[in-house]
Amino acid sequence: MVVKGVQFRNHQVMGNILDLASRYRDEGADELVFYDITASPDGRTVDRSWVNRVAEILDIPFCVAGGIRSLDDAETVLNFGADKISINSPALEHPELIETLARRFGSQCVVVGVDSSSEESDYWVYQYTGDPERSRSSQRKTLEWIREVQERGAGEIVLNCMNQDGVRQGYDLEQLTSVRAVCQVPLIASGGAGELEHFKDVFEVAAVDGALAASVFHSAAIRIFDLKTYLLDARIAVRPPETEE
Amino acid sequence: MSVSPVIVASGGANLASLKFALQRLGIDAPVTENPDQIRNASHVLLPGVGAARDAMMRLDAAKLTALIPQLSQPVLGICLGMQLLFSGSDEDHAECLGIISGRARRFPQDKKLPVPQMGWNQIRLGAASKLLNGLADGGYAYFIHSYALPEGDYTRATAEYGTSFSAIVAQDNFYGTQFHPERSAGLGARLLANFLDL
Repeated sequence: MVVKGVQFRNHQVMGNILDLASRYRDEGADELVFYDITASPDGRTVDRSWVNRVAEILDIPFCVAGGIRSLDDAETVLNFGADKISINSPALEHPELIETLARRFGSQCVVVGVDSSSEESDYWVYQYTGDPERSRSSQRKTLEWIREVQERGAGEIVLNCMNQDGVRQGYDLEQLTSVRAVCQVPLIASGGAGELEHFKDVFEVAAVDGALAASVFHSAAIRIFDLKTYLLDARIAVRPPETEE
Repeated sequence: MSVSPVIVASGGANLASLKFALQRLGIDAPVTENPDQIRNASHVLLPGVGAARDAMMRLDAAKLTALIPQLSQPVLGICLGMQLLFSGSDEDHAECLGIISGRARRFPQDKKLPVPQMGWNQIRLGAASKLLNGLADGGYAYFIHSYALPEGDYTRATAEYGTSFSAIVAQDNFYGTQFHPERSAGLGARLLANFLDL
């Protein structure tokens, strides 16, 4: 589950963020990822106090992604109550940041997001994907990068398969299966969820530890309660939605 | 509820989460390492993330290693905080508070089961305890840990991760959860409410 926020500091949007967070909490989401796209790469200090507001209302784990470029950034977000931080482009620029964060906070806090594209019969890591003008191949092969980030101390990997992102045609099972084979830490699939079956397939075929989606939940095309009921019927082990006592 | 719990400032980043979880139950719990404030609290919560030896050093520096075992009010250790109640941990061969006899051991290496365990897992309720009131057998709780306590007389609930381990423990007025109740949705909230009812 991802909440993408434009202007987290705008009051109305903040209200929407908190409403969304409580809605997904109540529907039975297992974890939320907040993608702070206002935390721009220009290096200015950003106000992260919204993390504290989210931590007040959530009783499930949550992760903050976007603009975490240093130990200080990470510490701010974790002290405000986030359970994990996710780094993507900054890890590609300075891979040693993964070690620094893992050593200081423990691997369990450190998620590495990987945006990967299938091209010329191989998988390639992209960076700066938040900005269409800057998005470009990092020249790193995805499988090599997945191995490297684990050695450096990543505790979890979110693999966003770019060819599938936003098109709702299902997760990239082939790519996720290849990555699963080299990934010993929890692997979260991202990009492509459109139907209930897509979630079942990604757990059964690619044996991922989690499935992340945004647009199908935001648009209410899929309700988390219905999804979990469906997965339980398909004998996939998920935490059942909590019902009112 | 007329209670005045405190959260021991053991360092680490989940203090805010725990404080907010108690707020959602209508309880304001100060975070403190002041021995008098801890001694006078109705309930003491001992959270902890990070390494056992570091956490023991912090408690020692705050002059709490002698105090905590003497407390007579209900004490709840959470995650590493639970492990600190025991004799020791294989993590850096740390000696812990020694209130409950037992030693935390690292999960065995298993390619299919990444260490740390990080995620939701089912708990199985064991010997009766007021802490378990209203919890569902097989309910899901949120775990993050690499070391775990084997089953023992102190075990009140177990979970499976390659091996069976203690998810909830109790001995006299000392209690512990290996999982994070502040991140375990309704089950966690219920457990915290049960603890404050003790």
